[in-house]
Amino acid sequence: MALDSKIPEGSISDKWTNYKDHINLVNPANKRNLDVIIVGTGLAGGSAAATLAELGYNVKAFCFQDSPRRAHSIAAQGGINAAKNYQGDGDSTFRLFYDTVKGGDYRAREANVHRLAEVSGNIIDQCVAQGVPLAREYGGLLDNRSFGGTLVSRTFYAKGQTGQQLLLGAYSAMNRQIGRGKIKMHNRHEMLDLVVVDGKARGIIARNLVTGEIERHSAHAVVIASGGYGNVFFLSTNAMGSNATAAWKIHKKGAFFANPCYTQIHPTCIPVSGDHQSKLTLMSESLRNDGRIWVPAKLEDAKAIREGKKKPTDLYEAERDYYLERRYPAFGNLVPRDVASRAAKERCDAGFGVNKTGEAVYLDFAAAIQRYGKEQVYVKGLDANDAELVIKLGTAVVANKYGNLFQMYDKIVDENPYKTPMMIYPAVHYTMGGTWVDYNLQTTIPGCFSIGESNFSDHGANRLGASALMQGLADGYFVLPYTIGDYLAPDIKMGTISTDLPEFIAAEKAVKDQIEKFINNKGTHSVDYFHKKLGKIMWDKVGMARNEKGLNEAIVEIAALREEFYKDVKVPGTDKGFNQELEKATRVADFLELGELFAKDALHRNESCGGHFREEYATEEGEAQRDDENFAYVAAWEYKGKPSDAVLHKEALVFDNVKLVQRSYK
Amino acid sequence: MAQCQSTFDFRLYGFQTKNMKLILKIWRQKNAATEGKIVEYPIDHIEPDMSFLEMLDILNDELIMKGDEPVAFDHDCREGICGMCSLYINGEAHGPDKGITTCQLHMRMFKDGDTIFIEPFRAKAFPVIKDLVVDRSSFDRIQHAGGFISVNTSGNTIDANTIPINKKDADDAFDAAACIGCGACVASCKNSSAMLFVAAKVSQYALLPQGRIEATDRVLNMVSQMDAEGFGNCTNTGACEVECPKGISLENIARMNREYLSASLKG
Repeated sequence: MALDSKIPEGSISDKWTNYKDHINLVNPANKRNLDVIIVGTGLAGGSAAATLAELGYNVKAFCFQDSPRRAHSIAAQGGINAAKNYQGDGDSTFRLFYDTVKGGDYRAREANVHRLAEVSGNIIDQCVAQGVPLAREYGGLLDNRSFGGTLVSRTFYAKGQTGQQLLLGAYSAMNRQIGRGKIKMHNRHEMLDLVVVDGKARGIIARNLVTGEIERHSAHAVVIASGGYGNVFFLSTNAMGSNATAAWKIHKKGAFFANPCYTQIHPTCIPVSGDHQSKLTLMSESLRNDGRIWVPAKLEDAKAIREGKKKPTDLYEAERDYYLERRYPAFGNLVPRDVASRAAKERCDAGFGVNKTGEAVYLDFAAAIQRYGKEQVYVKGLDANDAELVIKLGTAVVANKYGNLFQMYDKIVDENPYKTPMMIYPAVHYTMGGTWVDYNLQTTIPGCFSIGESNFSDHGANRLGASALMQGLADGYFVLPYTIGDYLAPDIKMGTISTDLPEFIAAEKAVKDQIEKFINNKGTHSVDYFHKKLGKIMWDKVGMARNEKGLNEAIVEIAALREEFYKDVKVPGTDKGFNQELEKATRVADFLELGELFAKDALHRNESCGGHFREEYATEEGEAQRDDENFAYVAAWEYKGKPSDAVLHKEALVFDNVKLVQRSYK
Repeated sequence: MAQCQSTFDFRLYGFQTKNMKLILKIWRQKNAATEGKIVEYPIDHIEPDMSFLEMLDILNDELIMKGDEPVAFDHDCREGICGMCSLYINGEAHGPDKGITTCQLHMRMFKDGDTIFIEPFRAKAFPVIKDLVVDRSSFDRIQHAGGFISVNTSGNTIDANTIPINKKDADDAFDAAACIGCGACVASCKNSSAMLFVAAKVSQYALLPQGRIEATDRVLNMVSQMDAEGFGNCTNTGACEVECPKGISLENIARMNREYLSASLKG
């Protein structure tokens, strides 16, 4: 099967407009006859559900949480990019497009990224109209800040809770449609399979997580908006329930899975504290606007700090190595995430790490507190020599900007970050890879769409900060509502699809069989035991730096662990009613397949790009070494039974508008 | 005259004993139709740096290995923002620390040898699903009744900077919007009132020009749904504000009362 990305003709800036001018539309009366299933209610799923219902389609939305408001988009902290150029600092649609393609290390599809940049401004208009309380300046206009990998200030924010506010905006739009009966909301439901009828996606099998009942739901199209697969690492910044099951089930039914090895390891997370750790907490990238990252310049100081004999505040400026400022003078602490993460690992591997485990670097706000404090005493006409006052006023400014993040850090680590630098270390955060989709956001299964983090399309091999919220909302509010209409137009006379079709019965049976197997397995280890083991293989051998030997080992180890899992997993309770261990078992079963494909993809990509770093492919200075001649393509994997049998399909990436160069942030 | 203050932070040197031993008294209830009871579980090898939910993970792992059913509890983001975790710990919603959710509570807040009572959020409008898991869909239904601005999602609205909003109102609207919908306010209230939750949403929109247009209908509809769900009345005791993990202020209730009064007069 040849991949057809269906990129419209025309110049890059005309494609989306031309496309919209020529697609099929469904008239308002006919939309009432069409059902759409949406799995996941984060920014992408929530905004899509609201918009499709608004247009007149009958939407059936599903989430595993107890309310759509809890989807993990809510945890996004820092901000959302938009090419508004309110700051007049040279931003434009083209520049956002360019930064995103470059930031993604030239592994994204140009046409999709340009469309994203084009609609970015509309997102801000939409959210403000919905009452999302974005940060404002004293004049009453919207405020912006900078994020990594850009030279302009284009990030809109709501303190450190931007994701929460945007999600609650989408949730409010959903609520309006739920109240009108246009969205039928299924909380505490998990999709466990896709139903394909005559080659088209026509429904899903879902488990009611409260009653345990297995349900059949039909629709004319199915939209997967179930987020990323970062939890394949067990420890990540994802929510505990975040899982890849919906995305993996469609893969097994024919949707190609693209670039699974592109995973973002976020540089500013709170370091691991012990074996009991259940998840990792992110500290927003926005902190890098004001925080300076450093490790001790001398090995003996690092050692003394690890042993508790010295404190970070004991070291003078000259004894500190602000390694990002040293290595990347132009971008300094605001280099993109992949670059910042690798630089932290490099210092810690060299022995300069600072906490008990040796896996942490400092993020220091002392300079920012001084700078803001001096500004405040000047503005207020106070005594600039009163050191205590300067610190007090500067602390207040920092608290106003990042207060909730500082509080979060204090609660977890039990240290006051206003007085002693934060400790941070990279952690798995976001997955750029995902279901392969064409320009219409449709997977290789007709009628099955994938939006937001669950697809692969816009971020290439590395996502820039504040771009995930932008993509989720762009897909849901402004892209899918057009493209799905074009697909549904021929179906207007079809009528409701019966859930008694043999395809529904067969899919339901397969789901029930799997559940029964788990319940009756009576093994000796809990689900978490296997999940943690998988996570350790992934982090050690498929993590921030990968090599051929490690990847080959990982593939063998994951396959063996999967076998052991099916033989020896213990799932208590019954299939009836609420059973959280059973939920975990069905999710981990899929992670155990995905993990192997992930390693296989990383092994085949003999280059380093973005979040994929192969030790064999690095420049002399340790920077990622791309191979555009051989690897400027999307790797889309077709399911053939086992991950080891997956077949590779290539979508060549053509760059007409951006020149491929070695990414430099120096 | 400023005192010379020590900058020595005692917490850096972790004086707490490692490996705490605890007695957990946990509410177990098979499902909504059956009666529940408190069951005692001793637990050992708990470290002060663990989160409260990580402590429950350890208990559950032990229960599974013993062939018992693990304790069901709601949780998801484990960083204090999704609002999924609940738990009434030693008589307080989200436990003894302030300004946090249960998932942000750490074991260093307890002492070796402590007995800890763990119960679900209790309210007529929050029926128990299993053990510590409750059904908070009544909160969703209140939002369906009016927790939105009726603007279509086409993106073809006015430019976001067309209407300046003074920073104070924008910040106050943000503070109200910070509600995570966890239900601690209801669980802490002797009347099981949802006033703080409803007032937060009403206030967010009432403070913004975009929200003023439907302000009258919104407050009437949301309050009417709140009453229909069986939440109790507000008698201004303020327990909700004390236990709210996001510091939602009682001022919001005062604002909603004003909104409600003026809407009732108009209506």
